[in-house]
Amino acid sequence: MTTRDSINKFKSDPVVLLEGVAKSFVVGGRSLPILDEVSVRVGQGEFVSLIGPSGCGKSTLFNIICGLERPDRGRVILAGNENLQAVDAVSYMPQKDLLLPWRTVLDNVILAREVAGDGRDKARREAKELMPQFGLAGFENSYPAQLSGGMRQRAALMRTMLAHRNILLLDEPFGALDAITRTKMQQWLLEVWNSFRRAVFFITHDIEEAIFLSDRIYVLTPRSARVTLHLNVNLPRPRRYECVTAPDFLALKKQIMQALTPV
Amino acid sequence: MIKRSVNRIPVSALAIMAVLLVFWEAAVRVTGMPAWFLPPPSRVFTALMETLPLLLEHSRYTLLAALTGLTMAVLVALVLAVVMALSPRIRQGVYPLLVFSQTIPIITIAPLLVIWFGFGIMPKVVVVTLVCFFPVAVSMVEGMQAADADMVKLLQVMGASRWQIIRLMLIPAALPSFFAGLKIAGTYAMMGAVIGEWLGASNGLGVFMTRAAHAYKADSVFAAIIIISLISLLLFALIELIARLTIPWYYNERRK
Ligand SMILES: Nc1ncnc2c1ncn2[C@@H]1O[C@H](COP(=O)(O)OP(=O)(O)OP(=O)(O)O)[C@@H](O)[C@H]1O
Ligand SMILES: [Mg+2]
Repeated sequence: MTTRDSINKFKSDPVVLLEGVAKSFVVGGRSLPILDEVSVRVGQGEFVSLIGPSGCGKSTLFNIICGLERPDRGRVILAGNENLQAVDAVSYMPQKDLLLPWRTVLDNVILAREVAGDGRDKARREAKELMPQFGLAGFENSYPAQLSGGMRQRAALMRTMLAHRNILLLDEPFGALDAITRTKMQQWLLEVWNSFRRAVFFITHDIEEAIFLSDRIYVLTPRSARVTLHLNVNLPRPRRYECVTAPDFLALKKQIMQALTPV
Repeated sequence: MIKRSVNRIPVSALAIMAVLLVFWEAAVRVTGMPAWFLPPPSRVFTALMETLPLLLEHSRYTLLAALTGLTMAVLVALVLAVVMALSPRIRQGVYPLLVFSQTIPIITIAPLLVIWFGFGIMPKVVVVTLVCFFPVAVSMVEGMQAADADMVKLLQVMGASRWQIIRLMLIPAALPSFFAGLKIAGTYAMMGAVIGEWLGASNGLGVFMTRAAHAYKADSVFAAIIIISLISLLLFALIELIARLTIPWYYNERRK
């Protein structure tokens, strides 16, 4: 993908548009500013990452997009429509996998469909067909406690995907995984993204992960957060893990590291 | 797991019990205590065997009152817990009253129940319901409140209604706590029914005990106590079984 492609894309129809979003929390009677003017956009089918130091307000930003928190200032526009409710546009994968321990894997991944009032049987049939792609074939009737960490994350992602929304918000989905599993999961996520083509907004702490996965990256400052760097990732797709040693890759990495640790 | 608990609990418990029984038997014989005052275990056992058909006949009435009362308590507690989950305002109003009501000793209002409900099965059922209601209601309400707030948020983002959140999330999440409360209630149920029968009834283990006591048949009183304990134990086991069938995921997780 070229620079011009991705820029054109978000100019045409951003599915997530945040303008000057600000948020403070009252902590111990004092107002603590968390987000200070964050403006971000994600285009149709685009993969955009958000990097920032721990506690800078990344999850808070997602909560605002989901409608769980209201911004103090600024606007959130989804799919170009000011009146569109988050529940109709966004599917959210929280930082913890939050699988329901009393439901089997199959019944966990169809949760959003059940909430939407779709028939259980139809949703189950659809989910069963997708199990192999999510590496969960044969585990349909297992309970979450019987799964490995990587499988739980894949199940949580499958649940997010099956909600049939155009915007996926993924909050550090691989944060708790070991390095090897994590690398596998990144490659797998790109395959899944490629076949579903939803817009993905992805939070991570991991610079390499962000570069490897994304079309564009936003870097936030420590609290109170602002966008300190916004860059395009012009590495060709499909990407293989070897590209983490390419000169372009390393140059991006250096740029982001400098933005995260200002002198 | 099951094997281990079978080995662990009963063996030592049975051993202690056997020692106590032998001691009791010996103490009664050595001191020559009269049987109407304290019968030896051997005599209690004989009485148990002799009166068993009669005891079982009376048990039916007591058990019926206990089970009916327990079922009523569960139904009322579940409905109340769901109503409280639907409306925080109702919860704030009702919950303190619920706790306050527990400071009233139920036995003291039992005579009133006889005035209101007569001598049939009704006052017994009401006593059992009152005794069992509180542990079930509290365990259900607290279980629902302890549900993971982030899971609730996840369902909200999926567009779930309050009722869907209760049905898909809060009720299943509260079931382990609910069953813990139900086990406590189950052990209270027989006791509640017997107390109800003491106040006035024509059938039931409580009646049997009152009559036996008036006739100074201490061995028969002990026999009735044994039957009450055994039935309570069976109720407990039944609830445990239902719990294992209803929330297998919880027991699997706990085993880990
Ligand atoms: N409801 C709330 N009330 C008060 N403070 C809050 C609330 N939610 C979040 N915060 C605070 O806001 C700050 C940002 O939290 P947030 O979870 O958004 O950070 P984050 O960037 O996602 O961090 P991490 O990378 O560790 O997940 C934290 O200091 C947190 O304690
Ligand atoms: Mg976070």
